[in-house]
Amino acid sequence: MKPARIVITGVGLTAPNGNTLTEFRQNLLTGVAGIERLEVRYMGTLLAGVCHYDPLKYQKKKEVRVGTRAGSISIYCAREALADSGIDFAAVPKDRVGIYIGCTEHGNVETENEIYNISKFNYDTKYWSHYHNPRTVANNPAGETSLNLGSTGPAYTIGAACAAGNMGLIHAAQMLRLGEVDFAIGGGVSESIHTFGIFAGFKSQNALATHEDPKKASRPFDKARNGIVVSEGGCLYTLERLEDAQARGAKIYAEIAGYCVNSDASDYVLPNPVRQAECIRQALGRAGLEPRDIHIVNTHATATPLGDIQECEAIRAVFGEGCPDTYINNTKSFIGHCMGAAGALELAGNLPSFNDLTVHPTINVDDLDPLCSLPGLVLNQPRQVAKVDTILNNSFGMLGINSTLIVRRFVP
Amino acid sequence: MTKDECKKVVLDIIADIAPDEDLTAVKPDVRLRDQLQLDSMDFLDIVMELRKRHGIEVPEADYLQLASLDSCAEYLTPKFNALAAKG
Repeated sequence: MKPARIVITGVGLTAPNGNTLTEFRQNLLTGVAGIERLEVRYMGTLLAGVCHYDPLKYQKKKEVRVGTRAGSISIYCAREALADSGIDFAAVPKDRVGIYIGCTEHGNVETENEIYNISKFNYDTKYWSHYHNPRTVANNPAGETSLNLGSTGPAYTIGAACAAGNMGLIHAAQMLRLGEVDFAIGGGVSESIHTFGIFAGFKSQNALATHEDPKKASRPFDKARNGIVVSEGGCLYTLERLEDAQARGAKIYAEIAGYCVNSDASDYVLPNPVRQAECIRQALGRAGLEPRDIHIVNTHATATPLGDIQECEAIRAVFGEGCPDTYINNTKSFIGHCMGAAGALELAGNLPSFNDLTVHPTINVDDLDPLCSLPGLVLNQPRQVAKVDTILNNSFGMLGINSTLIVRRFVP
Repeated sequence: MTKDECKKVVLDIIADIAPDEDLTAVKPDVRLRDQLQLDSMDFLDIVMELRKRHGIEVPEADYLQLASLDSCAEYLTPKFNALAAKG
């Protein structure tokens, strides 16, 4: 039996350079990056991607106070996606709604905050917050979203390092196909900039970007790239089985064409281009596509010296020859690395290409690293192209988790 | 500290932990839970903030003493004054 066709019917997002898909896309086409200076506890002023959505649009002040930043971002994105989808959510059976949110990590923000808090009281743990456990459980962002929406179906997070954003979408599609739910909200979120630990960890790895101009700091594929800009963000989609979406006359952004998740099994942090290429090939195979059929490849590249080269090696192995209509870009050059949200946000930034036939560029490439040179790489200026029917989105993460998601233009 | 001042201390804490609530018409003799959206975690917040801000300890057995503003004032004012007397 052929698996059910799954389509994307709504998008809700907050990125460092936009709080709606329209604003985000506009900034991607006009070269507007969203990186700024941020005071980070113990570390001073660093560069980060900060989101400026209004939490009170969908939450009460008390919900914001009691909940987490990841929960708040999730609620904002879920509500925006629902509004965008046009669904009459009040009429949807709430026990048939699934919420699947990818996270790189969760709980570090609250734990750091509480340790800082008790440091003011001579480390007496009687000052430790009673909210610590509900705030730090791994399902927190999805759980807060279910509370806000009143949805009683499955709601949980998917921990998959920086591959997580794709994983939220993939898992949502799988659960719809299994019949576990009838309406899914899936994607990824990150609150990482509110911990000092992630900055300190990347700095100790010599992988934290610096630049005198914050907007130039995230520069994948440039010869002078010097690491990651840590960002927060979120992007959640509404996904439905095609017949359900058509029955309610929904607008359809794209159809899930294929995906693959695999593991390097080779290192804690170093990527493995052989496994990455395998992941891409398997996703293509499941989609029934050849490399030349892909029109946009959105790279994961985070601007670390080695990681970018290795992903380019994987892409070269798959798309190196005979793919004249394949264009390659990178969204992190605008928004930094949104961690668990990265894959989902970066896909969203490219979805409008189905309509405007424009490939957003990779910015901040002043001096292309020859080791990152790829045919079809769209540098610094958007490119108008003849055809965009398919988008392939890579997201890779620590401990060697790789995810590739392919979406296609919806054709009935 | 007077009992009215004590009620003001408690209301200041509630204003922070229940920021959506209108506290201008809180009736001192009515249970706080009957007139405000407060749950058990919020009451733990009141206990925590009394501890953090004022060094006042409220043992679990005495939580019922925090039911209304009047009962808070009856219970907490002597504690505040005892603490002040200690210097």
